[in-house]
Amino acid sequence: MTTQPFRVAIIGAGPAGIYAADLLTKADRDFEVSIDLFERLPTPFGLVRYGVAPDHPRIKGIINALIKVLDRGDIRLFSNVEYGVDLGLGELTDLYDAVIFSTGCFVDAPLSIPGVDLPGSYGAADFVNWYDSHPDVGQTWPLEAEQVAVLGNGNVALDVARVLAKQADDMHTTEIPDHVYEGLKSSQVTDVHVFGRRGPAQAKFTPLELRELGHVADVDIIVYPEDFEFDEGSMAAIESSNQVKQVAKTLTDFTMREPTGAKRRLHLHFLHAPVAILGEDRVTGLRTERQELDGDGGVKGTGNFHDWDIQAVYRAVGYAGSELQQLPFDAKRGVIPNHEGRVVDAEEQAKAAEADVIPGVYATGWIKRGPVGLIGHTKGDALETITHILEDRASGALTGPVNPSEDAIVDLLESKGIDYVDWEGYHRVETAEKAAGEAEGRERVKIATREGMLAEARGHVSNEPAGQPAAGH
Amino acid sequence: MTYIIAQPCVDVKDRACIEECPVDCIYEGKRSLYIHPEECVDCGACEPVCPVEAIFYEDDVPEEWESYHAANVDFFDDIGSPGGAAAHGVIDADHPFIAGLPPQNTDD
Repeated sequence: MTTQPFRVAIIGAGPAGIYAADLLTKADRDFEVSIDLFERLPTPFGLVRYGVAPDHPRIKGIINALIKVLDRGDIRLFSNVEYGVDLGLGELTDLYDAVIFSTGCFVDAPLSIPGVDLPGSYGAADFVNWYDSHPDVGQTWPLEAEQVAVLGNGNVALDVARVLAKQADDMHTTEIPDHVYEGLKSSQVTDVHVFGRRGPAQAKFTPLELRELGHVADVDIIVYPEDFEFDEGSMAAIESSNQVKQVAKTLTDFTMREPTGAKRRLHLHFLHAPVAILGEDRVTGLRTERQELDGDGGVKGTGNFHDWDIQAVYRAVGYAGSELQQLPFDAKRGVIPNHEGRVVDAEEQAKAAEADVIPGVYATGWIKRGPVGLIGHTKGDALETITHILEDRASGALTGPVNPSEDAIVDLLESKGIDYVDWEGYHRVETAEKAAGEAEGRERVKIATREGMLAEARGHVSNEPAGQPAAGH
Repeated sequence: MTYIIAQPCVDVKDRACIEECPVDCIYEGKRSLYIHPEECVDCGACEPVCPVEAIFYEDDVPEEWESYHAANVDFFDDIGSPGGAAAHGVIDADHPFIAGLPPQNTDD
């Protein structure tokens, strides 16, 4: 009965989806698998391509490891195909034994403070999308503010603050396209203020990213000794983790630096909780409440407020998952409710029972567990989900597809006029980006529009069936 | 620039770091794990997951373990850059410095 290969669709070709595909192909099994990977953008790699900052080329190197997986040729890629728009759940379950959702988290988590919707208040994810030239965001970004606030104390806050503070010419060596360079070059910023609600020992920065700030050319790092409070909880955190120890040490070292008169300043503030974004018809300030440590790693407000003269606010308070059509969603946690990767039909994960499992539908990565952990962390996630898929196959819990033919999906996409991009197409996009970079002595220059990427992916030779270029989803 | 695996890993090899590494650049020798200095992308994912705190950014290796820096890097002199530890498999050898150590991190 197992003459047909086991057909698996993976929705989302970021690291979570690609690691899941890789682990499934390498899993210990006595049957054939056949995996199709779907991606809503014209190119794969998710947040490694559209999240990692352009001035972190080494981390972008993770793309090379992901490329190696797809270069093997045993996983098919269908980019420029959006779940819920181009394909529905039923169409997938008709063609596959198992469907894995690895759609990730790519929008800003909400921050509920007054003034958050004022013009001049921006989500960090939107700004990251702009400087990483995501094809679905506009090409201009307003950078006329002189004093800017960045809310949050994680690596995204550091990325945003660093990119805002850095001289545009120091960014030009990276893969940023011209419109991003020109935008950054026009920036009027003089002071970037990063605000953390908790203390220096509670910051979520990774040590290397924090240290990097100290080496940004023509930027003075300014910290405030009165923010440096280390209570019992802080000392315990420093004692128990090398990471926390290094972050606290780097921050303390910053207190000893003398300003050099640099053109721009990057201020790191701690124990200031943002309580309101101020302004009549646009952002003119930020109100914070002084916090004090509560001894257990938390903070409480002191009732002392401070107003800062600020013309733009970037909210880097984390990413959030987005609801997908025809699938349950745990809005509180921003994930697809699931038991260890098996999707369950209950609004709240906590209330789901084993009986609620939706057969053949799985989740992995950030949409499974929420936006925490570094890129490699998703491998463990994928392993758990894959293990359950193999168990479900063995136990007969999967009913099997109506049409298991590998050609069926190709026929379906073509009958719908969907202009999908395969792995060869990605290679053509990459070749074009690298050639554009080489002309300027850079590693790569990213193509910033869907149309541009699709044109390269088609290899300029259009004998494809008359697929409509997917209008910007 | 790279991360370095030091003394606490020798004869322990927990391998939690291997699970976490997004580029599969942590190779297994006979008595210790080694991070490939060129394949590593400096993401730092391995450092916090090591249960014995054996992993350090190269500038932060404690002085008493300074020799592990060269041992980590030189281990790959003969191996080159295989481009993936899983496919390469366990290496039945160690850097001479590590091979010459008496048993480490024993329980008693």
